[in-house]
Amino acid sequence: MTTNDKHNKTDKFKKFTRKNFLETAASAAGFMLTGCKFDSSLEELFRQKFRTLSEAEKKEIIDRLEKKYSKKYGKKFKVSRKEPIEGTLFGYALDLSRCIGCRRCVYACVKENNQSRKPQIHWIQVLQMEDEKGTDLFHSDVHYNPPKVPEEGHFYMPVACQQCRNPQCTTVCPVKATWQEPDGIVVVDYNWCIGCRNCMAACPYGARHFNWGEPHIPQDEINPNTHYLGNRPRMKGVVEKCTFCIQRVRIGKYPSCVEICPVGARKFGNLLDPESEIRYILKNKRVFVLKEELNTQPKFYYFFGI
Amino acid sequence: MKFLKFLRLSVKVFFRGGRYFYFWIGFLTLLMIWGASGYIHQFNNGLIETNMRDSVSWGFYIGNFTFLVGVAAASVMLVIPAYLYEWKPIKEVVIFGEILAVSSVLMCLLFIAVDMGRPLRFWHMLPVLGTMNFPSSILTWDFFVLNSYLLLNFFVVTYLLYNAFLKKEYNKSIVMPLIFISIPLAVGIHTVTAFLYNGMPARHFWNSAILAPKFLTSAFCSGPAVMLILFQILRKITNFKIKDEVIWKIAELMAYAMFINLFLIGSEIFKEYYSDTEQLIYHHYLFSGIGKQKDLVVYSWSSLIFGIIAFCLFLIPKTRKNFFTLNIGAVLIYISVYIEKGIGLIIPAFTPDVLGQFYIYTPSWTEVRVAAGIFSAGFLLFTFMVKVAIAIIFEGFDIDTYEKLKSKDIFRGIKGYHKEPS
Ligand code: SF4
Repeated sequence: MTTNDKHNKTDKFKKFTRKNFLETAASAAGFMLTGCKFDSSLEELFRQKFRTLSEAEKKEIIDRLEKKYSKKYGKKFKVSRKEPIEGTLFGYALDLSRCIGCRRCVYACVKENNQSRKPQIHWIQVLQMEDEKGTDLFHSDVHYNPPKVPEEGHFYMPVACQQCRNPQCTTVCPVKATWQEPDGIVVVDYNWCIGCRNCMAACPYGARHFNWGEPHIPQDEINPNTHYLGNRPRMKGVVEKCTFCIQRVRIGKYPSCVEICPVGARKFGNLLDPESEIRYILKNKRVFVLKEELNTQPKFYYFFGI
Repeated sequence: MKFLKFLRLSVKVFFRGGRYFYFWIGFLTLLMIWGASGYIHQFNNGLIETNMRDSVSWGFYIGNFTFLVGVAAASVMLVIPAYLYEWKPIKEVVIFGEILAVSSVLMCLLFIAVDMGRPLRFWHMLPVLGTMNFPSSILTWDFFVLNSYLLLNFFVVTYLLYNAFLKKEYNKSIVMPLIFISIPLAVGIHTVTAFLYNGMPARHFWNSAILAPKFLTSAFCSGPAVMLILFQILRKITNFKIKDEVIWKIAELMAYAMFINLFLIGSEIFKEYYSDTEQLIYHHYLFSGIGKQKDLVVYSWSSLIFGIIAFCLFLIPKTRKNFFTLNIGAVLIYISVYIEKGIGLIIPAFTPDVLGQFYIYTPSWTEVRVAAGIFSAGFLLFTFMVKVAIAIIFEGFDIDTYEKLKSKDIFRGIKGYHKEPS
């Protein structure tokens, strides 16, 4: 090791500790003055929103995040920021005649996307519907809990983000913390969201979920393969939602709910590809979207396959 | 440095007062500390300390916010009739109306602040520094108009009082345009707040075109109700001159507003119940409850009944001109609007939620504490400003008397320095 190297190292070390020290001192002083515990670093507090950062800044932030998460959860973390693939627009279709209401998708989603276990967050809600009432939301029940599913006289309708083409949630957000990506996925910048929950009021599908408390995920259940705009660990006080598993679909994998479904009720693909399965369904099945009259134009279709 | 003197006088004047006054201030301070410690708790643990959840994602805080926007708007709108009918103490009507507006807007902003999940990121909403999603997000409009309204009114009140303190005539060409801006702005803050809700197709309960007119009429009931009582108190303890006729006139105007308000409520109820779509469920929950869930029923009906009684009391000349029944009416209408624009507006929009699920929301203890804290902060500011205004306008505290006075004289109250009413 040359002296220069050494010098650099100590310098860095110094800088690091000094910054750390300043931050600790600042938050300690803040705590003593106000009694408030500050859970974000100064850098996080003043960080600009992700979309406007330069490449170098993005890289720096991602490196820092990976280190932070790896340390916290004792696993090597990857935080991807893979951009959309040119020529894709993701769409989803769900076969109501197959779904048996087993909620495997719910838990696969929780695990894949690092949703808080306590307080509990579920991006997918499975509604139990009565056969004779049809798809009437006001006669549905999410808390069904029989010993065995499916139950006589019922069918099941899982609902998550409908990935609208004309999303209300992004329009009402006062700070542009949530937007639709070119591949059609609506994402949230967790470091920019102010937690006003205007988007939750505007969403007609109950797809947006709030971190009411500090999210908690057991260390051995954490999924370290994450995306910055998707399943990286969140903080309290911000909104989160289904991203079609952005960390998976952008590298050509299926969302984990599609993979786990034991009856193959879930279909996923590229709406711009005329040969895709999703296009086949749109063309050949009786599909419908939820709350069509609101002009949200979902890219999530329901159909009766058999 | 004259302005410093003005400030110093204001502080001194504020602390002048008897046992009851100190009891009141002590009470408010205690409530404020109690509320602040509740908030610290919420800040540290997150909004999980409230009873809001994903199904009912806005609650008591946003309800209070909405109600107070109404109070803030209407207290300044009172300037219009003051002009039209040439009420004598027009300057006083303006000043006290604006003091009420300033305190209420401050409470509004505090209610928004405590409702935020990440309050320290509020700067994201500022233009230039952050990214204000303007014009597409109505919340940014609201934030913008509320802040301008606060600054504008605060400036006008301070300017008027400061000039009175200097014994100078205020500059009409500055004040008049500002007052004329503040009136449409008052209408603006309430309209924009209504648009915040009624622009959401996802929430049928709000998605009605008469929401904004309803907001304005109900505001014109609750805001002046505060002013009516304030005027009577001022008249008792100072030499503020306001004729009975003026008070009755305000009450009469309020009666018209109440009538329109009831009419609009009625129209909405008719439309919902007669067309009987599946969306009726929200009104059902509000007025009759669904199954065992009848939590809002007593509130919605008391609001309606209080509103009707107050209307009758204000409409019938005999009860309007009797200060006892008049004040009962003012209190009733205040409560009625507080329910209607608070929990009666927010909770039914979320119950059942968009997927038809019921989560029964009642505010948590933390929410009540924080709200109490914010209200006491607002009342404290209101008390402070009213006392300064009284001292300067009615008791002749000005730059000259200030020079001659020792602070203990101020404290005792000054005899011989009372300005005779001109
Ligand atoms: S909660 Fe976050 S994402 Fe939603 S509207 Fe508010 S700032 Fe935007």
